[in-house]
Amino acid sequence: MSAESPPGQDWGRGHGAAEVAEPGFKRADFPPQLLLHWPRKLTNRELREAGLERHRLEEAQYISSWPRRGLRVGEGQQPLEFRPVPLPSGEEGEYVLALKQELRGAMRQLPYFIRPAVPKRDVERYSDKYQMSGPIDNAIDWNPDWRRLPRELKIRVRKLQKERITILLPKRPPKTTEDKEETIQKLETLEKKEEEVTSEEDEEKEEEEEKEEEEEEEYDEEEHEEETDYIMSYFDNGEDFGGDSDDNMDEAIY
Amino acid sequence: MTQAEIKLCSLLLQEHFGEIVEKIGVHLIRTGSQPLRVIAHDTGTSLDQVKKALCVLIQHNLVSYQVHKRGVVEYEAQCSRVLRMLRYPRYIYTTKTLYSDTGELIVEELLLNGKLTMSAVVKKVADRLTETMEDGKTMDYAEVSNTFVRLADTHFVQRCPSVPTTENSDPGPPPPAPTLVINEKDMYLVPKLSLIGKGKRRRSSDEDAAGEPKAKRPKHTTDNKEPIPDDGIYWQANLDRFHQHFRDQAIVSAVANRMDQTSSEIVRTMLRMSEITTSSSAPFTQPLSSNEIFRSLPVGYNISKQVLDQYLTLLADDPLEFVGKSGDSGGGMYVISILTTCHLLSSFLSRFGSRCARIFRLVLQKKHLEQKQVEDFAMIPAKEAKDMLYKMLSENFMSLQEIPKTPDHAPSRTFYLYTVNILSAARMLLHRCYKSIANLIERRQFETKENKRLLEKSQRVEAIIASMQATGAEEAQLQEIEEMITAPERQQLETLKRNVNKLDASEIQVDETIFLLESYH
Repeated sequence: MSAESPPGQDWGRGHGAAEVAEPGFKRADFPPQLLLHWPRKLTNRELREAGLERHRLEEAQYISSWPRRGLRVGEGQQPLEFRPVPLPSGEEGEYVLALKQELRGAMRQLPYFIRPAVPKRDVERYSDKYQMSGPIDNAIDWNPDWRRLPRELKIRVRKLQKERITILLPKRPPKTTEDKEETIQKLETLEKKEEEVTSEEDEEKEEEEEKEEEEEEEYDEEEHEEETDYIMSYFDNGEDFGGDSDDNMDEAIY
Repeated sequence: MTQAEIKLCSLLLQEHFGEIVEKIGVHLIRTGSQPLRVIAHDTGTSLDQVKKALCVLIQHNLVSYQVHKRGVVEYEAQCSRVLRMLRYPRYIYTTKTLYSDTGELIVEELLLNGKLTMSAVVKKVADRLTETMEDGKTMDYAEVSNTFVRLADTHFVQRCPSVPTTENSDPGPPPPAPTLVINEKDMYLVPKLSLIGKGKRRRSSDEDAAGEPKAKRPKHTTDNKEPIPDDGIYWQANLDRFHQHFRDQAIVSAVANRMDQTSSEIVRTMLRMSEITTSSSAPFTQPLSSNEIFRSLPVGYNISKQVLDQYLTLLADDPLEFVGKSGDSGGGMYVISILTTCHLLSSFLSRFGSRCARIFRLVLQKKHLEQKQVEDFAMIPAKEAKDMLYKMLSENFMSLQEIPKTPDHAPSRTFYLYTVNILSAARMLLHRCYKSIANLIERRQFETKENKRLLEKSQRVEAIIASMQATGAEEAQLQEIEEMITAPERQQLETLKRNVNKLDASEIQVDETIFLLESYH
């Protein structure tokens, strides 16, 4: 194995580190980047230099940055002098850990967690009618004891009362919350109906419900008709177009 | 408040209450006491949002208010109280060890909701306990009330200051905000309630009353019309008492480590006897005569009076001064300084090595040492000793004291003594702890955010599996759904879970250090 390196290429590392046990090669013959895959431990200096070299090559896109070698404590570029203190384990440690994570999740569900208001999308969507937005009029979800708080913190909720009055009037379709719940329930029962296996009793119930829903469906259609000029049942969204003529391409299509 | 503390508060508020509350809270911590409109103006949030956030913060005892002249109400945040949120799991676990599951749930509900009336707490806890019990069994309110009373008697829960009842009716308009007062005597007084009832299980669809169509489900199962008997009396968890308990635990374990089990039992008895009589910040406990101690020893320890006296003298003579003798008395809080130093030492061990710890302990003991003396006493070669001393100096764990021999302060003719200033070292370590917890929380949030898509997917799959199991699906279908998550994804999830657990556990551990260091102020 010649000790001369080809002219123009400087592999020389000259560490003075120990000789490799492998036959035939000297570490000095290999370029720095290949040292990363050397199967034995490297000294700190070698690691650091290899790391720098690797970083340079990564930036120049010669090698990919993924996957990284699995780094355990003490194997990185700056190896630790001393190991860290062991984490609490055992029954107590695990219980407290599980408790902590559970508390974190629970607090997000409580009404005290205030989410920032969802920004209004630019176009009013059809589904907005059926989605329950946050608490009405920016009020809070829970009831604190107002006697203990300064009066100025109370948010006046006036609109709700107006809406309540209008519910009493029959068959007027304002966008009340009651109405939304009913429509959601209707949709749910419709979904369930498609899945259920019918038995005799269910059939009867379904018939009754169907009748009710038909009436309300018609009512809904009327409502929609008031908003748009087109009858919804005649609407064809064009899915069937062009799907029929698969088989015989001999016939011309007019 | 240091920057590190503010950052940590911000992270905690955001994690537990959302961004709006975080913004308001951090602003108040930074700027001190402010009225409503100024807060809204300075943070740029709408008035409604500020009101919501303040309601939440006041409910959880993180912000207090005060009425100033001309009816202006100013709000002030308690930064240290926000930092306590790190310790919630530890409080709950401690209650579990002392009062079993019922107590644990009581404290958990109080911590999660800030403050509650006793009847509300009892009801919630009974419902939760009923959920976990077998079918058909329910939790009786009386048992929960009993545990609540015991918690109040040992001061673990206390009453919140309440609205004063005015005997004479105010002629003018009511004040803009009530001034809450609390009487010292009433703080642990449990109102006489006769809470009769059992926990309600949340209704599953099977247990629905027959013939009730789904569309007409009642909106509230509770009856709001009944007047609550203890209306207006709110309870909160008494964090100071918990801290006292932690301190006692630390003292007892320190004694046990240094001496044997029996002496630690003696110390524990002494501490327990003075639990309620000593306030949490006293430097010494009340003096106790050895007769009293003898009488209060737990039953299992039948040691004679002389042996007890011997132990007491042993404890009193110990150089660490756990117990001081002032006519047969016992001193408790002196130990805290020892505990802090032990903690500092152990943190050294992890960061600088055992030799540094040896030097540190030496300098601590001898108060002032010259460099040469350090080398001699610690038996460490000069070069290493010098290196370590300078390292510790640069980290501000040690300081240098100059003693000039000549009036012109020539360096060759002055003594340079190394000394350890415990207070500043403790403060520095505390600051570091805050920073490290903030880093841990941020890293955990980063890891979770990176894998958000994967987490959501696995949650959805679990929900599907759960619902399918409820409706009775076959094995093959379940397996099919489980395979929706591929093997490398599963591995990624595993790694994520392991990392998050490690980060959480580290947070808990650093918080223990913070507790010890904070109690040193």
